[in-house]
Order: sequence, then structure tokens, then C-alpha cells
Amino acid sequence: MDLASRPVARLAGATRRYGQQTALDAVDLVVQRGELLALLGPNGAGKTTAIGLLLGLARADAGTVELFGMDPQRIEARRRIGVMLQSAELPPTLRVGELLRLTASYYPVPRRLEETAAMAGIGDLLKRPYAKLSGGQQRRVQFALAVCGRPELLFLDEPTVGMDIEARQKLWAAIRQLIAEGCSVLLTTHYLEEAEALADRVCVMTRGRVIHEGTVEALRARVALRRIRCASTLPIDALRAWPEITDVQRDNERLHITAADAEAVVRRLLAADPDLRELEVQRAGLAEAFTELTRDDAETSANQREAA
Amino acid sequence: METAMSAHVPAMPRRRVLGAYLEEARSECLRYMRAPGFMLPIMLFPAMFYLLFGVLMAKAGGADAARYLLASYGVFGVMSPGLFGFGVSLALERDGGLLTFKRALPMPPGAYLLGKMLMAMAAAAVVILLLLAMALSLGHVTLSVAQAAALLLTGVLGVLPFCALGMFVGTLIKGQGAPGMLQLIYLPMSFMSGLWFPLPMLPTFLQQVAPVWPAYHLDRLALASVGMNDEPLAGHLVVLLGVTAGFTLLAARRLRRHG
Repeated sequence: MDLASRPVARLAGATRRYGQQTALDAVDLVVQRGELLALLGPNGAGKTTAIGLLLGLARADAGTVELFGMDPQRIEARRRIGVMLQSAELPPTLRVGELLRLTASYYPVPRRLEETAAMAGIGDLLKRPYAKLSGGQQRRVQFALAVCGRPELLFLDEPTVGMDIEARQKLWAAIRQLIAEGCSVLLTTHYLEEAEALADRVCVMTRGRVIHEGTVEALRARVALRRIRCASTLPIDALRAWPEITDVQRDNERLHITAADAEAVVRRLLAADPDLRELEVQRAGLAEAFTELTRDDAETSANQREAA
Repeated sequence: METAMSAHVPAMPRRRVLGAYLEEARSECLRYMRAPGFMLPIMLFPAMFYLLFGVLMAKAGGADAARYLLASYGVFGVMSPGLFGFGVSLALERDGGLLTFKRALPMPPGAYLLGKMLMAMAAAAVVILLLLAMALSLGHVTLSVAQAAALLLTGVLGVLPFCALGMFVGTLIKGQGAPGMLQLIYLPMSFMSGLWFPLPMLPTFLQQVAPVWPAYHLDRLALASVGMNDEPLAGHLVVLLGVTAGFTLLAARRLRRHG
């Protein structure tokens, strides 16, 4: 098999339970060389558990977990990764430069200190004790620690939480530079715009399972759906026949229509029903996309139960 | 397959692995030496106690009392960097996510614990040197260089069983609960091992159960090093080694299982 096409990280049928609760349920996940995969999902979806398995912090109860084709608990595999966790209280009295020096010492060929500092935009912080930094500055230092070892695969768990817009933009630029150098990134985030700005592929998780995997465009298409609400007497069966309409429901005299091209539907609606009132058009947000994906997922599993 | 995958990756030279251990130990020492909240109680408590009981109140008992209490308060002082430096910091770092972060990084195995151990040994050395300085100048104790060196060595190595005990407690309790729990171990054990008042002054029952406490055995060694205990020492050494090994194993098992 060609080395370049071999995934850098892989979960296959990975399951992890905590007592009665199944945090991760037979998840398949692959990170290819040089790509950024964004892991999206609500809190408790299993994103952090998935990352924990790939970092060797926990063992899978079933399935395969590989990092560069090896067991993640092997130090040889971990020497090729960089890590930024969601919450890590670093030693408060150490200076930023000392933290960088310590972390770089774990790697075979680390970046020079100045290079790392420039990448993370912390050149002016090196002499400051970690505890004296603001939350956003601490996140930048944690990013610097993640990249100082010249990793081939970078794990970023909610990297921009607590950062202002400018800092976030700078971090995105640094991540793009790393990807251009051939580094792979596994990113978890709450922000859809972050995934849109960076990701080649997205993977949506909920309740321990992957419910959507594909390109950013595919997810955006789902999220680009808009909701049209109005009071109208138009018959629902006639509306279902319109090709522009994805879905339509009636609630007394109110219609709830879902469509990608809302303008075309509104134009047709107004022409078909001159008495139409209380027109509202809303963009479906990420939250709604999640809700929709989750609802589809719940329906599917309910149907499977009925069939079985 | 694995060799093919690793072929184009630079291997970690042995010199760099050693360097990582040294960096870890250096960082661990630096961070605690810079934290007055950690260093001051460790140094001041034994120093204050020794000044009060060993120097001022022991005037009547003469240099022998001051010499006896130098060993006992030395042991009292050595216990705390082990229990607190190791146990409390481990409990806090398990809680704050630092340990998880370190486990995800390619830190060489054991470097984290080894760094903490060296830090505790350094802090123990500082405590003993402080007490020695007080004993020789204010307490009019006379010690040969060999005796002073033996006491220092006893302190620096004697911290290890308490590191192991602290580490075990640190794996049982997360976060802010650990300091209270360790105080509950530290203070009664010090008293019942005869570190505050010589054992013969304690009730008979406490004298009889004293050999249960590791601090008692370290005290016997410390007394021997300043020339106040002629009994054979092998038994005490074996107990301390056993305590160290036992608690280290228990803690390592819990760390592997629960992180």
C-alpha cells in the first residue's frame, strides 16, 4: 500500500463505555495525510472520547484504534503528534519560554523556540509567567506547545474558545500554514464558521455515533435550508408537488415550509395565494442542522427498532 | 508494517531522551521553588518547632536534647515535601488536566514522577540544611562532618517513602480534598512516631504501636546518624523500602487504570 495514502489516524468500530453509558458506539473515523477533519457535535456527543482514544488516554472496549498504524500508547506514535486539549491547567509559575523548552524536549526534531513563538504569535510573552496571561493568551501558548514538536498530526480540541476575533483569525492562518506544510489536523469545534474556514471534511457526532460525514459543502447545503412560515389556505398536497420545497407541514392555518431557495418559493406562494399573511423567512442555523440530523438519526433508529 | 511507517521519521536520539528527563526535573524544581505558598510552610513549620522546642525550651536538657530533637524535627520536616509536594500536586494536576495533557504528549515514561521525586528530595535537603544551621549555631550542638552528612543523606533519601505514600493518596483523591486528607495523616503520624515529644514521654500504648508508622523507622535512622541510637538499623531500612515499594506499586496501578 502506498504510504502517502495510508491514514494517519483511524478508528474502526471503536466503542468506549463508562459504566452503563456508551460514550462512543462503534465509530469509524479516518484522518488522511494533509487534511483537516472537523469533528462537530453537541456537548456529550463523544468528540472528546474519540480524541482520548486516539491519544492513548483510554482504551477502546471494542474496535481498532491506530495512530500512524501503531497503538497510540506507543511513544513512537505520539512523538509525531501535537496536542491542544480543551482544558489543561499548566504550571502557573513557569514562564512561557520554559514551558516551550520543556515540551520541545520531548520531540526528536522540534522547531526553534523563535519559530514556534512566531507561529503562535506569542513572541512578546516568552518571559511572562503562565498564570499572568489572559485566557486568550494562554490558549495561544497551548497552541504553541501543540506545534513546537513539528507534528505530522495535530489534535485541536476547541482551540479558539475564549479568543477574540483577531486572535481567532491569526490562529486560523497558522493552522492553514501547517496544513500547507503537509500536517494533518483533527479539530473539534462548536463553531460552524470555524469548520467552514478550515475543514476539508466534517464529521457530525451525536450520542456517541457519527451521523454525518462528508465535505463542508454537503453540510452547508443542509444548513443552508431556510424555514418559511405563513398563514395560508393553500392545500398542503399541492405544495408538496413544488420542486423547490423540501418539506412542508401544516399546523392549523399556519404552514411550515423548508426550502433551499426560499426566494423562489415565496414568489410562488404570494402569486398562488393573494390572502397570504404573517410571512416569515428564517435561516436554519447550525443548531437546527444538528437538530435535524439528530432527529433523522432518532427516527432511523426508531424505524430499525420497529423493523426488528 | 510498523517499520515501514516509521522509516521516514527521525528517531529520538538517546541524548535527547535523557535531556527530556532533565528538563522535566528542572521545570518541576523551578515551579515549586517559585511558589512561596508551597515552600514557606515546608521550611517554616519544622524550623519554628525546632527553634521553640529544640533550642529555647531544651536549654535545660542541654545539647543532647537539642541533638535528639534535630533528628526528630528533621524527620518531621522531611515528611512534608514528600506528602505535600508529591501527593497534593498530583491530586491537583489530575484534577486540572495537566496529567492528562502530559500523558498525551510523548513525555518519556516516568519523567513526570521522577521530576517530582527529585523536587521533593531537593526540598528535603533544604529543610535539613536549615535545621542543621540552627542546631549548630543556636542550639550549640556539636556534630562531626560525617554525622551532618549522614543526617542530610537520611533526609534526602528518607523523603522517598513519603513521596510514595503521598502519591498513593494523590491517586485516591482528586483536587482540593487531598491537602486535608494528607494533614490527617501527617500530623497524627508525626506525633505518634515520637517526632514532637520523645517516645518514652508518650503513653505506653502509643509506644507499642509506634513501629507501625514509617516515620518512626525514619526517626530511628535519623537518630542513629547523629549518634543517638546504637541499635541495628537493617530492620528499619527494610520497612522503609517495603513502604516505598508497596505504595509506589499501588499508586502506579491506580494511575494506569484511572489516570
